[in-house]
Amino acid sequence: MTLFDYPFMINALRAGTIVAVVSGAMGWFMVLRRQTFAGHTLSLVGFPGAAGAILLGLAPAFGYFGFCIAAGVIIAMASPPVGSALYSEESAVIGSVQAFSLACGFLFVNLYHGNLNGLTNLLFGSFLGITNGQVVSLLAVAVPALVALGLIVRPLLFASVDPEVAAAAGIPVRLLAVIFLLLLGAAAAEASQITGSLLVFALLVLPPATAHVITGRPLLGIALSVVLAVAVTWAGSVMAYYTPYPTGAFITTLSFAAYVAVRGIRVLNARARKGPVPMREALT
Amino acid sequence: MTGALGVLGWIPPVVGHPFMRNAFLAGTGIAACCGAVGYFVVLRSQVFTGDALSHVAFTGALAALAAGADLRLGLFGATIAVAVGMGLLGRSGRADDVVIGSVFAWMLGLGVLFLSIYTSNSSGANGTAGVSVLFGSILGLSAGAARVAALLGAMILGGALLIARPLLFASLDEAVAAARGVPVRALGIGFLALVGLAAAETTQAVGALLLLGLLAAPAAAAHHLTTRPFRGLALSTALAIGAVWVGLAASYAFPSVPPSFAIIATAVVTFAGASALHGLARRGLAVGRRKDRLPAGVSEEIHG
Repeated sequence: MTLFDYPFMINALRAGTIVAVVSGAMGWFMVLRRQTFAGHTLSLVGFPGAAGAILLGLAPAFGYFGFCIAAGVIIAMASPPVGSALYSEESAVIGSVQAFSLACGFLFVNLYHGNLNGLTNLLFGSFLGITNGQVVSLLAVAVPALVALGLIVRPLLFASVDPEVAAAAGIPVRLLAVIFLLLLGAAAAEASQITGSLLVFALLVLPPATAHVITGRPLLGIALSVVLAVAVTWAGSVMAYYTPYPTGAFITTLSFAAYVAVRGIRVLNARARKGPVPMREALT
Repeated sequence: MTGALGVLGWIPPVVGHPFMRNAFLAGTGIAACCGAVGYFVVLRSQVFTGDALSHVAFTGALAALAAGADLRLGLFGATIAVAVGMGLLGRSGRADDVVIGSVFAWMLGLGVLFLSIYTSNSSGANGTAGVSVLFGSILGLSAGAARVAALLGAMILGGALLIARPLLFASLDEAVAAARGVPVRALGIGFLALVGLAAAETTQAVGALLLLGLLAAPAAAAHHLTTRPFRGLALSTALAIGAVWVGLAASYAFPSVPPSFAIIATAVVTFAGASALHGLARRGLAVGRRKDRLPAGVSEEIHG
């Protein structure tokens, strides 16, 4: 019997592919906009959302989407206006929001008196228990989110690369920032249901960061990021199938290995082209 | 009056239990170092680095557990090694956001791996170990562990105070500090090592996932309440200790509330309060000594 004979494996790969495509695309913009901290916080708030939903007897998906999207709005409101430097208080706000929401999640789990397996699943995901219905609902969110991203892709790119010029050219930079964080929140909520809150961030940051090292061209970069995300998700799921270890560990390790390899190749290329380059300069 | 007396009468039972005494002892040391280090973390905009180190703490602790070693060995070893590594890679002892994110995303994946190795190797009884690393178990500290934690906390606090003056200079005006012969890069790396130590230390109290709250919230509140550095440093330390005390007392009063939630909630509420106070005071004052403190609308006008 091969791995494709098991329905749970098929569903895991379907769901993983949907999640990887969405996070690869959203993550590319997150890395471009240097919003990794906000992205990380958005991906973590899914945990209290899901725990709260379970406590209230709702489906976890409501909690994931509700909390992630609400947090996206809050972070967008707290972010500084165009042109001013990001100052320390803002990151302190993000950090406090993050710690507080995780603390709430822990409280909800405690109040629920549920088993600790549930907690581990919320945090680290359960790749192998995905139903057909879940795949459909993932798709139902993924398609509109990607379409919305496609609609704003040009102005968003402009606003991300040079916010001041974009604002001068009449592009609603702040509105775009809010919309983008909403989409990022939706992507994080989507991925949380599969990978768990703690590992969403790996798919959001690692394949896109790798793509950014390889090429500066936007469309090529987004495509590359999506392909990488899908590839590591598939490879990770298959490896987890044949070993007793968790899928998340393989996905993060594979994507990190790709990232390090690409950076290493770039350092070597730079050295070959113009003689020795200081290590630090080549890495940053 | 009766309310105040009621509170006084309530103190002996709280500190009467040995586990509460241990928790207060360890919690005070942990909060003191976290508040002081956190003040500089917020000042230097390195909250994301703190976030990353908190996840490294999780992986380090579980790696030690999976290898059958003492949890604290992995905790401190991993956070210090990664902190110094990030300092060495980044410019002037600060690391790039995407690099930090990439490294700790992977670290977290490793943490999951160690968690699964540990839970499948140990015979079922320790399924809660991962949870207590993530969310802390301050009420479960032994007397010896509490003393060690308090002592380490005091040492980290001492270290932070020792480099406080030059670090302040280097954080506020790096170029001038470097020109005046302050070893900016070495200070940055040394400071990151301190953050790593504080992160490992705090993991024992509130857990790897929640320590960011204790690191960032009291410090950010102090930054709102005063702009004078040493007063702010003292205030941040005091607020962190206050949060731990109030949190411990609250979780004693309401047993269904876990102490780490109560501690973080107190710290964050303090921050929200300080932020509101600051907002009110700013509205009362004549507009802006510092341009980055201007209300959003005014700032937008200036920056176009």
